[in-house]
Amino acid sequence: MSDVPFPGTGEVLPLARPKEPVTGLLAWVSSVDHKKIGIMYLLASLVFFGAGGIEALLIRIQLAWPMNTFLSPRTFDQIFTMHGTTMIFLVAVPVLTGIANYLVPLMIGASDVAFPRLNALSLWLLMFGGLLLYFSFIAGGAPAAGWFSYAPLSEKAYSTSPGVDYYSLGLLIAGIGSVIAAINLIVTIIKLRAPGLSVRRLPLFVWMVLVTQILIILALPALNASLVMLLIDRRLNAHFFQAQSGGSAILWQHFFWAFGHPEVYIVVLPAFGMISEVIPVFSRKPIFGYEYVAASTVAIGALGFLVWAHHMFVVGLGHSIDTMFAISSMLIAVPTGVKIFNWIATMWNGSIRLTTAMLFAVAFLIVFTIGGLSGVTLAVFPIDWQVTDTYYLVAHLHYVLFGGTVFGIFAGLYYWFPKMSGRMLSEKLGRWHFWTMLIGFNMTFFVMHFLGLMGMTRRVYTYPNLPGWGLLNMIATIGAVIMGISSLIFLCNIVVSLRQGEVAGDNPWDGWSLEWATTSPPPVHNFDRIPPIRSRRPLWDLAHPENPDWKHEH
Amino acid sequence: MLNNSPFSPASPEAQAITHLFIFVGIVILAIFVLVATLVLYAVIRFRHRPDGAEPRQVFGNSRLEKTWTIGALLTVAVICIFAIRTMHEADASPRPGEKPNLVIVAHQWWWEARYPESSVVTADEIHIPVGKPWLVELKSADVIHDWWVPDLGRKMDAIPGHPNHFWIQADKPGTYLGTCAEYCGAQHAWMRIRVIAEPEAEFKTWEQQQLEVPPIPVSGEAAAGSKLFNDLTCVNCHTVAGTPAQADIGPDLTHVASRETLAAGRLKDTPENLGKWISNPQAYKPGAHMPDFNLNPAQVQELVAYLETLK
Ligand code: HEC
Ligand code: HEM
Ligand SMILES: [Cu+2]
Repeated sequence: MSDVPFPGTGEVLPLARPKEPVTGLLAWVSSVDHKKIGIMYLLASLVFFGAGGIEALLIRIQLAWPMNTFLSPRTFDQIFTMHGTTMIFLVAVPVLTGIANYLVPLMIGASDVAFPRLNALSLWLLMFGGLLLYFSFIAGGAPAAGWFSYAPLSEKAYSTSPGVDYYSLGLLIAGIGSVIAAINLIVTIIKLRAPGLSVRRLPLFVWMVLVTQILIILALPALNASLVMLLIDRRLNAHFFQAQSGGSAILWQHFFWAFGHPEVYIVVLPAFGMISEVIPVFSRKPIFGYEYVAASTVAIGALGFLVWAHHMFVVGLGHSIDTMFAISSMLIAVPTGVKIFNWIATMWNGSIRLTTAMLFAVAFLIVFTIGGLSGVTLAVFPIDWQVTDTYYLVAHLHYVLFGGTVFGIFAGLYYWFPKMSGRMLSEKLGRWHFWTMLIGFNMTFFVMHFLGLMGMTRRVYTYPNLPGWGLLNMIATIGAVIMGISSLIFLCNIVVSLRQGEVAGDNPWDGWSLEWATTSPPPVHNFDRIPPIRSRRPLWDLAHPENPDWKHEH
Repeated sequence: MLNNSPFSPASPEAQAITHLFIFVGIVILAIFVLVATLVLYAVIRFRHRPDGAEPRQVFGNSRLEKTWTIGALLTVAVICIFAIRTMHEADASPRPGEKPNLVIVAHQWWWEARYPESSVVTADEIHIPVGKPWLVELKSADVIHDWWVPDLGRKMDAIPGHPNHFWIQADKPGTYLGTCAEYCGAQHAWMRIRVIAEPEAEFKTWEQQQLEVPPIPVSGEAAAGSKLFNDLTCVNCHTVAGTPAQADIGPDLTHVASRETLAAGRLKDTPENLGKWISNPQAYKPGAHMPDFNLNPAQVQELVAYLETLK
């Protein structure tokens, strides 16, 4: 593979890239093909999802009944810290980067990302960062200061094991990888779109990836800088975050959440993007209000930088600051609500096919709304003063991260798996996966709202036998076990379908964006030819010459 | 079931938050019902039929977009107004220079309470007079902790180098349970709070009793225990009024036997449990900052006899 036809033009440009070895492990490890890298991202996140999931189960077993002694306090603290850190940094971010990596070039009709070698570098930095984080378990103890590692608890004086050092280094390395990947995707989207694919015709998934990557570039440096400062505190005895010697514990929180809140949108916007692709195709209608969905994404991205102190309502920053951040946080509910209504309007009067992908998308609409609405209660800061740092908050964050991001990802995986592998996932196993996941999820996390309202705080390794606590915790644990089984069904589905799944063909769902215009899986250079692009749905135009979209779009 | 919850308020401050919560709760419930109904209706009503031709292609509708954007903005605005009103009721700002009635210092993993007017010092169990708004100053001796007694109002972080203030008040006598709400290390789970609200007269009696200096025992096991307490470095961490023990790494023990629980809610305060705790604190709160002294049973018995005189 040395010459690649330049998309759309038929012109052949020589690409200075190493030749892809044809087979074997080396073909993967040495690959700079965005599709292989995308799949490796997905596999890495799947492995980390397994680790984070096992940690979640350990947490739930320990909390199944009052005064349980299954895990020691120190082990429990390491496990919940690693669970949160893994799920955020090693699952949610890379799984979305992986999907973006695989799909963005295909959706914009390019043959690869702008910088294929850098792309490989980001992947391997992520893997190295993740392994370094996990290495801490055998190198003196995993970090145990929570996923946001508040100072001064994370300082040497209170966290004596090297865990926090591994946390800082691991996240720093993975974070640099994320920034590189972000630059790569942004340049790709700006520079490599096929002729005719103007910004206003970009698939919404690509729009949301673009906004997300800009958020990454702006937000991650705040985290990276504070991790370095924390390392300097811990290793070189500085005192950025130590009040006793002139530093400030609150400073860490500002730095962390200046990154941490945009991060929340970094892991949820791409899921919005996938939902915005899945719902139209399975409703057989174009997305309702394309411009509004795209613009609300930009609004969410921008507002996302103005809300960080809503994680700090109980720090005592004063009423005026609390009020400002409450207002900006509640404002974010508006563009989010706009999206929900647009998705529903897309389904309205459609012809809805309840495939597993669509089931996950529909469930997403409902569970994500629950998470968003409990988020409004948290933005109303006097309520936050009562419920923050309790299981009510744990419920909220899982409704958005699991019900939002993870359900969105499942919808996307069922939708694009045929493109990636050439075979369909089994719908039968898919349905088992979906229903068990939905039931387990709500069993685990819905009851947590009540636990929080009954006074149970988060991050406790055990709890006294207060009325009702034992029962609700047991329900949550049973739900977690059901989710564990559900994940195994999903894994089975992948393995079985890869071998014996129905052959997909180019466009099994009758999709409309460019990735469906090539073979499944696509050839190394992605496209032999690109259909003319005169609207947002080039494949619709092709199939419906009597009623093409470009007659309606302007 | 609803005890010690944001929905069992026992102070004007907590009450204000409960009202706001109920109001916002109704609003979000209505929105949820609307969204869920629309979604489920769409899924059932517009389900693909086998004869299915492609449906009519609709691209959007600006009027609808404007309607729901403005609708959402209005809802948010109303909620904001209520939130700001509640803020003043639930967390009035103290007058500048106002002296606190109570100073609470959070330690890994217990609460120190000081009453500046009477100079009472106690730990984990905080007595207050019923019906009086008291200003509390909240500090930390080490990492960040968080004061939370749901019946009585808001949470507040205890942050090193950043003292915070909040109001505490209870309308009715009773024991209100709370806990540290900010993760603070190994024993975060056992950093519980009891607030005991009493009528003024009983509160005054309690204060008087706390101010008494317990006599140093002169004979029997208690006397031996008192000597042990000095010899075994207990004095390096604890305070017992009227003795050389004047440290505050651990709770003030001057009246330890008058408390209801030990070690921030971990054990009931009985002579038996006191013995268990001092023979092996690490078995009950692994990681706590009180070492295991490998005491022999006789020593434990003597120490307990002594501690039991500290009423
Ligand atoms: C290194 C400091 C240190 C030493 C020495 C020490 N303690 Fe403690 N002690 C503590 C701390 C800290 C706590 C609070 C533990 C917690 O709740 O997390 C505590 C708690 C206690 C309590 C429970 C108090 C309460 O109100 O709940 C008793 C009783 C006690 N210690 C007795 C003793 C005796 C007796 C000795 C000597 C044999 C001793 N301590 C030595 C630090 C110390
Ligand atoms: C497999 C199902 C899951 C279960 C059963 C589960 C369970 C839990 C529980 C019980 C806690 C609270 C721990 C504590 O406060 O002591 C927790 C914390 C957390 N979870 Fe999950 N979780 C799951 C999946 C996820 C996913 C998919 C994500 C993110 C994408 C996630 C992100 C987090 C985060 C960020 C925290 C906070 C960690 C911290 O407090 O430092 N979890 N989880
Ligand atoms: Cu604490």
